[in-house]
Amino acid sequence: MKFTEEHEWLEPDGDTVKVGITEYAAEQLGDIVFIELPDVGTSVTKGQEIVVIESVKAASDILAPLDGEIIEINNAIVDDPSMVNNDPTGEAWFFKMSLKNQGDLAGLMSEDEYKKHIE
Amino acid sequence: MTELEKTALYDLHRSLGAKAIPFAGYEMPVNYPLGIMKEHLYCRKSAGLFDVSHMGQLVISSNTQSMQFIASELEKLLPIDVLGLSEDRQRYGFLPNKEGGIIDDLMISNRGDHYFVVINASRKEIDFKYLRENISKEIDVDLIKTRALIAIQGPQSEKILSCQIGELSSLTYLDVKNFLYKGETIWVSRSGYTGQDGFEISLPNSLCEVFCKNLLEQDGIEPIGLGARDTLRLECGLCLYGQDLNETITPIEAGLKWAIQKVRRAGGEREGGFVGQKKILKQIEEQPYFKREAFFPDGKAPLRSGTKLFSDDKGKNEIGMITSGGYSPSLERPISMGYLNHNKFNVDEPIFGEVRNKFFSVTLTKLPFVPTSFKRN
Repeated sequence: MKFTEEHEWLEPDGDTVKVGITEYAAEQLGDIVFIELPDVGTSVTKGQEIVVIESVKAASDILAPLDGEIIEINNAIVDDPSMVNNDPTGEAWFFKMSLKNQGDLAGLMSEDEYKKHIE
Repeated sequence: MTELEKTALYDLHRSLGAKAIPFAGYEMPVNYPLGIMKEHLYCRKSAGLFDVSHMGQLVISSNTQSMQFIASELEKLLPIDVLGLSEDRQRYGFLPNKEGGIIDDLMISNRGDHYFVVINASRKEIDFKYLRENISKEIDVDLIKTRALIAIQGPQSEKILSCQIGELSSLTYLDVKNFLYKGETIWVSRSGYTGQDGFEISLPNSLCEVFCKNLLEQDGIEPIGLGARDTLRLECGLCLYGQDLNETITPIEAGLKWAIQKVRRAGGEREGGFVGQKKILKQIEEQPYFKREAFFPDGKAPLRSGTKLFSDDKGKNEIGMITSGGYSPSLERPISMGYLNHNKFNVDEPIFGEVRNKFFSVTLTKLPFVPTSFKRN
């Protein structure tokens, strides 16, 4: 698994990656009450705001971790946003994307590096 | 950057694992490990303890003049019935400016030999200066820094608090009474800002931590942060100064006419005679076209403070703005309050809120979203 500085995790599966947010991020956000996911087929560039997350407290964005295209979204978390608080690295993934450059993954943090990042 | 002030409960908040945020110049707990949602629901079901020591506590008294004189002086600034406020009773009020806008909203109690006034944290210095400059020099206005202010709210409040300070059943909503705790006088009122039964307690800073620790040792009470305080007050349609109230909004526009007793309105025994009377009395008669309303967003997206409202989904005809909004833990849906300009649209037209360049439909509803549960007689 790979990690971004914006607290996303990426799980590679062949040519695609599954993306979600880390436990640390879910805890920082607090009780999540609303999620808006991008449409399947959307081309995204790294750093682009593609997901809206609202907690009881405030709204925040999730940025595209790398360049690519959204190929699948997890509608279950739209129906029940609290899933993200309960199981952020499992059932509550956000979307799957194909990468423009498979090699970009190498530039992201490993789990150990991410752990140091949030210390 | 100036250093944030700390309340007498700063160490306790830290030991309870609070997440701290800056609020009105203070470092305050926004939530504890339970989180906003569970804290909110816990308070509605059982009881919650709130640190509201950041709020201003004013003692208004006189060495040379009577309480009646002080009340008459206060009635020149407040459009409420101060002279008729009995000893050990509290009521809601506000300080209007000359144009009828609101300098601050407040709670005032008659304590027999002085008036005790609780004001908003963000407005303390402004209110203090305003009162000092606009009230007789024979009256003393003290902004006290030696006392903390806490609130215990929720259906189990009476039971939990009475274990610590004694019988409370004789107090009904907005009664005030002194109690002794460890040899010191604490000021207790049956009031609060969650829309529920509960108490607010002003006590010496030095006693506050032990008082709260002892309360928290009992079953049925949890500490509650400012996050849940905000969702609790919003559900009951209570205004937050700086969002729902400000110097350009009048109390009538804000739907606070109920707080202006008949004795101060046109035809009343002590009609007018307060700052901002012209606009306020006129609006009582005529009904303002600009007024505070309640909204249910139709979808799941919360529409928060600052969201512009339109009568179309293209953003052409702007008709108002959301001033408070968020997710209601009790109703499990988003709720919002805000202002509508009724000159700019008809009530049968649709309403849309603009968030992130998208338009979300909302439905007008009535306040409060969740009924209040005060202990009246």
